[in-house]
Amino acid sequence: MAHIPDGVVSAPVLITGALGSAVLLGLALRQVREEALPQAAVLAAAFFVSSLVSIPLGPSSVHLLLNGLMGLVLGWAAVPALFVALLLQAVFFGHGGLVVLGVNTLNLAIPALCCALLFRPLLARLVEPRPTPAGESMPSVTPQERRRGFLIGLTAGALAVLLTGALVMASLLLSGEAFAPAARVIGITFLPLAAIEGLLTGVVIAFLLRVEPAVLALDQPLDRLSDA
Amino acid sequence: MRLRRSGPAEPSEQLDLGAVATGIGERPDRLAALDPRVRLISAAMLAVTLVSLTSLTSAFVALLAAIALALLGGVPVRRLQHLLPLELLMLLLLITLPFSVPGKSLLEIGSLSASAEGLRLAGLILLKANAVVLSLFGLVAVLGASQVVHALARLGVPAKLCHLLLLTLRQILLVGDEYRRMRLAMRARAFVPRSDRHSWRALGWLIGMLLVRSLARGQRLGEAMRCRGFDGRLHLLHRGRWRRLDSLVLAVAVSVCVALFAFDRWSHAA
Repeated sequence: MAHIPDGVVSAPVLITGALGSAVLLGLALRQVREEALPQAAVLAAAFFVSSLVSIPLGPSSVHLLLNGLMGLVLGWAAVPALFVALLLQAVFFGHGGLVVLGVNTLNLAIPALCCALLFRPLLARLVEPRPTPAGESMPSVTPQERRRGFLIGLTAGALAVLLTGALVMASLLLSGEAFAPAARVIGITFLPLAAIEGLLTGVVIAFLLRVEPAVLALDQPLDRLSDA
Repeated sequence: MRLRRSGPAEPSEQLDLGAVATGIGERPDRLAALDPRVRLISAAMLAVTLVSLTSLTSAFVALLAAIALALLGGVPVRRLQHLLPLELLMLLLLITLPFSVPGKSLLEIGSLSASAEGLRLAGLILLKANAVVLSLFGLVAVLGASQVVHALARLGVPAKLCHLLLLTLRQILLVGDEYRRMRLAMRARAFVPRSDRHSWRALGWLIGMLLVRSLARGQRLGEAMRCRGFDGRLHLLHRGRWRRLDSLVLAVAVSVCVALFAFDRWSHAA
């Protein structure tokens, strides 16, 4: 339900969304270096595929938004990655719309950036390479740190979804008082999604800390990545 | 290798990604003679016009036009199953809007009264949303991703964004294959997704593994591109020519949009 279709939100909201997302996209693209483009593209593709995985929840199943995880892994590059995913979904799958693309991008990208800003520094501290006692092969990330990583992922994933839900509701409410009941129903559907998204994001972060911390340290220079 | 399916395949295993690369059309595309740029510009103009419509009659006419475009483009009827989430949201609006928009009462349930105005607004949104999606399907989605991105680049969309689009589109297919392989391996170990901790952890690890492999794939891709002289510039190989037919069609598209808009204001006032 994070994809608002065309024809619902009003002109002022549409224009704000278009301008805001254009500015954000411009800023983000400036942050992504040319040589990092292939990397960003493959990860964006991986997030797109992951968001199509249906996660069983109770009697039904849900699709993850993954914007919290994208913020954690990609940082600024989450904005173009989200935009590309939304564009594809609007054009080829009919989820969302064309004119409303800016609003939808903002609704997903702002929470992703918030997560990047709040939680990336915390994660970076966990991933930091540190001197190991000579002669001993120590796992680079201890179980306690994995647990902390899980908690960081849990918070980031849930927070991003809740924030997206709030922004979607705000887009509807700003378009007209009449949308209030529909906005409330949509808001309620975001609550279970936030729970499962938080859980899965936590699991993914803990997994990455154990298997390949380099995924969580993409901004660091490449030579340091290959050491990690 | 194919495993015999013991039950219906889970929907998550059949990602319909091929259509993104080749276009969603299955029947011949009758608009294929046009330059992709015309189709993109027309689709964007039509979408903006559609969103601004205010009368049910004009929105209905627009929906008919969009259906015609989808038919001309060769969009298969099966594709419409993707519209289910959209229609669910429309259903929600159809149920709630009549009760939240003040106006002439149609139906009273207890203290609630459904207004004709609310029903009208919900109907208008239903027509507009579907019309935009159908015209996008017919004009743009049948083109296939690479043609769309080429057209976007030549319309002045920043090269970096086009690059990212082009690479992401290609990689979605490859990462999708990777995903299917891993999913098959999970099924071979008798994994059935359920709503429990074990499944959620397994699926989380699946997503994590997909990211790990994608990081490695991205490094290989970047190195391979540098070996072939990638310098951050986008070289466009398909140089479609803008012909007189394209200008003509663009003029027709502009006049259709203007006519639709004028008809809308006239029928709204009437």
